[in-house]
Amino acid sequence: MTRASVPIVAVAAGSGSLYISEAKIQPRAVSGWFATWRWLLVGLTQALFYGLPWLQWNGRQSVLFDLAARRFYVFGMVLHPQDVIYLAGLLILSAYGLFLFTAVAGRLWCGYACPQTVYTEMFLWVEHRFEGDRQARIRLDAAPWSMNKLARRGGKQTVWLAIGLWTGFTFVAYFTPARVLAGEVAALAVGPWEAFWILFYGLATYGNAGYMREQVCKYMCPYARFQSAMFDRDTLVISYDEKRGEPRGSRPRGVDPATIGRGDCIDCTLCVQVCPTGIDIRKGLQYECIGCAACIDVCDSVMDKMQSPRGLIRYATQNGMANGWSRREMWLRIARPRVLGYAGVLAVMAVAFVASLAMRAPLAADVVRDRGALARLVEGGAVENVYRMQLMNATEETLRVRVDVEGLRGATLVGGAAVTLAPAEARWVPLAVQLPTEAAQSLGAGAHAMQFRVARLGEGTGADAVLFERREKSTFVIPR
Amino acid sequence: MSDFFSSGWSIFIAAATLISLAACLALLLFASRRAPMAADNSTGHVFDEDLVEMNNPLPRWWVVLFVLTVLFAFGYVWAFPGLGAMAGQLGWTSRGELAADQARSAAAVGQVFAVYAAVPAEKLAGDERAMAIGQRLFIQNCSACHGSDARGSKGFPNLTDDDWLHGGSPEKIEETITLGRTGVMPPMAAAVGSHDDVREVAQYVMSLSGSAHDAIAASGGRRKFAVCAACHGADGKGNTAIGAPNLTDKVWLHGWGEAAIVDIVEHGKINVMPPQGGRLPAAQIHVLASYVWSLSHSRPTASR
Repeated sequence: MTRASVPIVAVAAGSGSLYISEAKIQPRAVSGWFATWRWLLVGLTQALFYGLPWLQWNGRQSVLFDLAARRFYVFGMVLHPQDVIYLAGLLILSAYGLFLFTAVAGRLWCGYACPQTVYTEMFLWVEHRFEGDRQARIRLDAAPWSMNKLARRGGKQTVWLAIGLWTGFTFVAYFTPARVLAGEVAALAVGPWEAFWILFYGLATYGNAGYMREQVCKYMCPYARFQSAMFDRDTLVISYDEKRGEPRGSRPRGVDPATIGRGDCIDCTLCVQVCPTGIDIRKGLQYECIGCAACIDVCDSVMDKMQSPRGLIRYATQNGMANGWSRREMWLRIARPRVLGYAGVLAVMAVAFVASLAMRAPLAADVVRDRGALARLVEGGAVENVYRMQLMNATEETLRVRVDVEGLRGATLVGGAAVTLAPAEARWVPLAVQLPTEAAQSLGAGAHAMQFRVARLGEGTGADAVLFERREKSTFVIPR
Repeated sequence: MSDFFSSGWSIFIAAATLISLAACLALLLFASRRAPMAADNSTGHVFDEDLVEMNNPLPRWWVVLFVLTVLFAFGYVWAFPGLGAMAGQLGWTSRGELAADQARSAAAVGQVFAVYAAVPAEKLAGDERAMAIGQRLFIQNCSACHGSDARGSKGFPNLTDDDWLHGGSPEKIEETITLGRTGVMPPMAAAVGSHDDVREVAQYVMSLSGSAHDAIAASGGRRKFAVCAACHGADGKGNTAIGAPNLTDKVWLHGWGEAAIVDIVEHGKINVMPPQGGRLPAAQIHVLASYVWSLSHSRPTASR
């Protein structure tokens, strides 16, 4: 295998400065198979993001992160801060998902689902409605200020700001219930932090999607750079078929380029005009490429008009392109160790995550021994130890709970412990365990292992049925 | 700043901060003016024979942001304490922020407790929410000594029985929590007599509560108990006005048996309940006292 040499192209040669003002990119609107997919994903992700705060569940917001009460509601689940492991699990799943499909087909995340892409796409659509497509916008940029320019710019800015602020509002609505927040906004009585986050998140959306655009991907995004570590020569990337396209040049429609000594590329530069990061894909794989496939869509439409076969620019692997493999041959290379490794870890993590969530206890308990006094002697010489148990209700039902002591012969719980927990309640319950004199003497001084059995009891007729139980280890101290 | 011996360090820190900030600006200025590029837009540096460092310019907005952060830093050290010992123009201190936070939280919490302030303890004891708050206050402030279940241990009174050293009315409990108590049992060996005399008194004390005792010794101790009666009363029932324990019940705060009683009589005991009035607002103490009172009256629904 010969290693392809990448020609070094200097950026803004001759300026000599270490800083340059980046040229504004005005991408041309594009339609096609991949663009349709992107719009579908824009619709799906945004319907979720904007819609979830308005969806009710169990008489409350379906997804709500109540920071003040430290309760995190996700549909039927009530998560406590102690469940932060699930957040870690979710992040691991996301990371391995990213690794997997990046290894298979490059920067799919960047091209279709990343918020930066999604909001830029929405803002570009608005821009297109007010100011027209690429050429019209370039003309408008150059034109002097006029009523027409003011109206177009003003309209665009208004809609951009509205989308941005609505996004900020939606973000905060995950922490303050949307219906409450809407009332506060309507009454202009938003709390200081809510106001800050609505404005901050809203204006960040406005700035990033309206102005920063590809600069975010090129200079700020950490994923952009480390995704290339997942690439290999069998990763599907957006590729220009140089063998087929070169030498490029124009030709009359319907003429077989081979007969006039040219390649299929007619050098229409549409692939450059539609590129949101302003690169020329014909120079090969570049770090700026976010894998949006706009150039594929537009080139396919041009090839259709020129009555040439599609796929001059297409998803292809570097190996496939070099060896002239068919699409099937490229896909066969998918079962390589890197992909299998990522897929394996992802599958194991996903199973563990789902199983762990499914088997999540409705009731959490933590036992803490009283530290002030290890043990006390009570009337009749019996030994008592005092504990505090935190009981957490991880459901939205009222739970009836009974606590027993186990693993210590003769030990009883003073007064018994039947507790009723309100929905999502967490409460400290003091427990005193008593051991009669004889039992204590036969065990001898020291710390003895024991455990608490925490049982969730049934309701109504099955009141004594144990629906769920768990055990918490602790120790019982007998003094000398 | 008392952390340093002289103001030299303060000046050093202020100078280091300002010079660093100025140096950042100077670097940015220098780099934007400099045009050291070779004709091929490389920096002219060649490493490992053929590795050329190309000029890949940063976007201008990045530089603008950098300059803004430096300007922000100047504003920050002007407004906040950042230059050695200088306090900053806004007069901000972490202590002041803590005080403001505490005042805010006291105002917020105060509203919760204000509702209960006028409610008598007997009524509060039936209020589930107030008792849940009282239990949390108890666990945070009292359980270290009295135990999470409030039943105490040796030297620390059980708060769930009907035996009260200083009176068990809600008002008295509130007073005990607010002002604290010091229980003093003076060493009485000299007044009682010999070690054997003290043992006889101990047997008599045990007989008062009907505990197992040596009847002969107890009858001998009966006369010597006269010196104890000044505080504990002729009948040994104690006196809550001065915190003298009732000796006729079976509550033994400092240990049961002849040896424990002899030890107390001979060496005395000072037992302290620290005052909480300076730590907790009166409204919280009211709820706490109601909770403690409820422990020996109606059982709180919160924990049983």
